[in-house]
Amino acid sequence: MSSRPVPAWSMPAGRAQDLQLPVEWPAQLTREWAWGDSTGKDVRVCILDSGIEAGHPLVGDLEQAVAVTVVEGDEVEISEDKEGDLCGHGTACAGILRSLAPDCKLSSVRVLGAGFTGSGPALLGGLRWAVEQGFDVINMSLSTTKRQFAGILHELADAAYFRKTVLVASAHNMPVESYPWRFSSVISVGSHEEPDPLAYYYNPNPPVEFFARGVDVEVAWLAGGTIRCTGNSFATPHMSGICALVLGKHRELTPFQLKSVLYLTAGNVGGGR
Amino acid sequence: MSDELRAAVAAGVLGAEEEHRMLLQSVVEVARAIFAARASSVFLLDEDADELVFEAVSGEGAESLIGQRIPSSTGIAGWVLVTRQPLVLEDVANDPRFARDVAESTGYVPQGLMCVPLLHEEKALGILNVLDRASQFTLEEMELLGLFANQAAIALDLLQRARRAQAVLAETGDSAEALARVAALLEGESGDAGRKLLGALEDLLRPQT
Repeated sequence: MSSRPVPAWSMPAGRAQDLQLPVEWPAQLTREWAWGDSTGKDVRVCILDSGIEAGHPLVGDLEQAVAVTVVEGDEVEISEDKEGDLCGHGTACAGILRSLAPDCKLSSVRVLGAGFTGSGPALLGGLRWAVEQGFDVINMSLSTTKRQFAGILHELADAAYFRKTVLVASAHNMPVESYPWRFSSVISVGSHEEPDPLAYYYNPNPPVEFFARGVDVEVAWLAGGTIRCTGNSFATPHMSGICALVLGKHRELTPFQLKSVLYLTAGNVGGGR
Repeated sequence: MSDELRAAVAAGVLGAEEEHRMLLQSVVEVARAIFAARASSVFLLDEDADELVFEAVSGEGAESLIGQRIPSSTGIAGWVLVTRQPLVLEDVANDPRFARDVAESTGYVPQGLMCVPLLHEEKALGILNVLDRASQFTLEEMELLGLFANQAAIALDLLQRARRAQAVLAETGDSAEALARVAALLEGESGDAGRKLLGALEDLLRPQT
């Protein structure tokens, strides 16, 4: 790193040599460079979902598990989650992440269970808390259609982006406007039908940016069990897992650089080489 | 609202709920047929009670389920409603909590389940379920499910509007509804005498100036 950091807002003349990158960018970026030998060790991943069944054979231990409850109006409270998973979905996402990045540190933020009307404030409160904790990756297999939340979600997505927290969000496969996956500061994910968990593709027709495995996936579920499932919400943790692998090897990458690595290693760009 | 307007609204509302319910029923029946499924159902969100209510069912468990309620923010249905994301699950009978809850409320535990939120504009109105379809799932089916969900959401929105209008009319008393029933009988030639009688009645009742 340079001993003379360049000011954040501008670059005075003759200071280009001070804008050194902490990682040497290879002339040709390969998957081997991106995550070869990585297990996602110590990368902190947060799953914003229905809770996680800790100790599930496909999930293992959690670093932390909290629940978001609505106490009054839009006010939320974050407390230790003693109920675990209220659906099975969060456990499924955790299992997918663990299968790709076995040594990552998983945390759960449960935003389900606050009642339907409390679900919007719980989602915002949970995301705000997760961004403040400085996780490396936040997996959001969920969205909201309420425009009143779009502005705040946008601010939170940008805040995460500037704090080097990567937000990975499920795209909607129905013709409705929903958030936060439509924001360019997040990595948005749709599904492809291939069985390879490491196969992913860049979509040149936004707003969905990447397609990952999301059809007929065997996943962890409640009571130590497994089920098979389909949906963009399962493609998302595949992409989060790949992010954890890359960050496990290159901790310094910003979300922009990470997204560039994902682009360059996508199956329809340069992936596999 | 003037009496004339109230009567006109009442005439539009009377029977509308039944028609919209038929529309919803047709959505679940077509969904079941298209996916060659054992059952299909629509739940409406009761936001005040934080519950999902069975509104239409086709196939296994039909009829007896109408009106039954489940929590709106837990379980698979709750997750789909709250997160606005569709889900397709196989082997759901492996989920002991799901199997127990469903068996207790419906007596029928499916193996496979497609669950999609019913979204209309910014609102989530409920969910559409398709249970135990015959074919292997593909992403094309997911697209189809999304199209169906749109149709069901519009039907559900109409049903809710009709119910709200009916509630407003109920608050205005019996007279508006009685007028609406009479107005509904005045259609066509056979209503000529009735219309004349109603005109005379209006003259009689109109305050003298």
